[in-house]
Amino acid sequence: MSAHSITSAPPGVAVAPEMPDLLPAVKLRGGVLGFLRRHPTIAVGGALVIAMMLMALLAPYLGTVDPTALATARRTRAPSAENWFGTDMLGRDIYSRVVYGTRISLTIGFSVALIASSIGLAIGLVSGFVRWADGIIMRIMDGMMSIPPILLAIALMALTHGSVGNVITAITLAEIPRVSRLVRSVVLSLREQPYVDAAVAAGTRTPMIILRHILPNTLPPMTVQATYICAGAMIVEAILSFIGAGTPPIIPSWGNIMAEGRALWQVKPFIVFFPAVFLSVTVLAVNLLGDGLRDALDPRLAKGL
Amino acid sequence: MLSYIVRRLLATIPVMAVVALFVFSLLYVAPGDPAAVIAGDQASPEDVARIRQSLGLDRPFLIRFGEWVWQILHGDLGTSIFTNLPVTTMMVQRFEPTLSLMAITLCLSVSIAVPIGVLAAWKVGTWIDRAVMAFAVLGFSVPVFVIGYLLAYVFALELEWLPVQGYTPLSEGVWPWLENLILPAIALGCVYSALIARITRAAMLEVLQQDYIRTARAKGMGQTAILFVHALKNASVPIVTVIGIGIALLIGGAVVTESVFAIPGLGRLTVDAILRRDYPLIQGIVLLFSFVYVLVNLLIDLLYTLLDPRIRY
Repeated sequence: MSAHSITSAPPGVAVAPEMPDLLPAVKLRGGVLGFLRRHPTIAVGGALVIAMMLMALLAPYLGTVDPTALATARRTRAPSAENWFGTDMLGRDIYSRVVYGTRISLTIGFSVALIASSIGLAIGLVSGFVRWADGIIMRIMDGMMSIPPILLAIALMALTHGSVGNVITAITLAEIPRVSRLVRSVVLSLREQPYVDAAVAAGTRTPMIILRHILPNTLPPMTVQATYICAGAMIVEAILSFIGAGTPPIIPSWGNIMAEGRALWQVKPFIVFFPAVFLSVTVLAVNLLGDGLRDALDPRLAKGL
Repeated sequence: MLSYIVRRLLATIPVMAVVALFVFSLLYVAPGDPAAVIAGDQASPEDVARIRQSLGLDRPFLIRFGEWVWQILHGDLGTSIFTNLPVTTMMVQRFEPTLSLMAITLCLSVSIAVPIGVLAAWKVGTWIDRAVMAFAVLGFSVPVFVIGYLLAYVFALELEWLPVQGYTPLSEGVWPWLENLILPAIALGCVYSALIARITRAAMLEVLQQDYIRTARAKGMGQTAILFVHALKNASVPIVTVIGIGIALLIGGAVVTESVFAIPGLGRLTVDAILRRDYPLIQGIVLLFSFVYVLVNLLIDLLYTLLDPRIRY
């Protein structure tokens, strides 16, 4: 198409080649393997995250039993060949509960990252482009950001019934202001770029400028931010469940398993230990992935950090 | 300068107004009937009606909000649903442990994180740098209560160096007070230190590339003096900023740390308040902590002029 329009131009008249609708995919130097070798944190973090996702998907096939099955005859057993991670106060198999708990943590982490990024992106774009709305939106965001995130989530959870959806809403609400601010700052700096001026001068309409010039440039910092949000959300979920304001106790989430082991931690530390290790490793993996992505996607931001 | 302080003080008013509006309107926008949730599953319709009335949910939003703000401006944060005591009284009783915990955590974290951040920037690329960065990533990844239990298990249960749980007021002696707060402060300080160390390293790396650092080296100045006098002073603005922003981490973390170590502070009060769904109390605590956070960051803003004479208002 573009080749055709160029050849059909009259001789002596230069015609700009048509822009592709989507930006061409970035070619990786040395292929995927080379990329991973240059960014070992992405390789390690990514591998661990994929392993956790597989564990969540394949939970029923990993030698688990029903994570909610009670067995009052064998309560608080130490780890053994039968119960790899021991049993809790109600005789439930901790290994099965921890494996199934992966589902809750990953669901909450990914959902919060996705929803908070999308809403934050929309708010940030409006704020960056609509002058009169900017002042109002940013004052609201300033106010929301002065409430410590965990307290904000706690206040919301005190008013609703505990459910996975409500936990996601509560954590998302606390994260939106930070994403909006990030997107807004990117938009404001991009608006000063010569190529955006050129696009405006050429009569490109605002939606097209946003789609072609602004969005592609907000994606790298947003992806990095989203991974950190995902890691943070998993910790906040565990904290909320741990203090009794998170996912309902019937659902085996890592925070809930630890909350149940809390009363016995001095005598039966293994109840708290195993979910704690899984939570920490998963959050670490996501954080490593985030650090690696930041180095790979945004070298300016990565400088020194 | 004075006019700047006044302007900044005035600018905190809309921020606190948004906080108040937000915390207040949660009662109205929360899915379901908050009065029924607060009353619990076994509550009679009369209980629900009584709670709805005491929260003012039976009256129009704006009128109720106006009354509520008016009360707050007169120092009245409402009455706890559970104990029927004024929220302010309940909070004042729990103030000392939380303030102690935060003060110790702040001192401990800053005095450890800033030097290791400086060291990492000085020895950039070496194993020291990598160790500091590894600590920073770990500090972000291990939840505060996990660190708390780990420390309590090793240093209190196994080694018996420090008490497992509890709190002793400062009035009963400095050591008994401090003894109970060392482990909680380390646990709470991990994320905070990780954040400060990371920013310190980044800011120092930037400053160490400046010409005046080269000049200082060229004139034969000692390494320590260059690092801690010339470089750190010029890197101080981002470091101090993150110390202020990180207070939010301390506040959130205190809720959990106080539960793990059975410290009867505001964090414990928050957890008790959620379990009893005592929303007026939660409102009061959120408002207080947000106010403290805004105030601390305002002070830090004003501190910039002292740290960096180039910043003038």
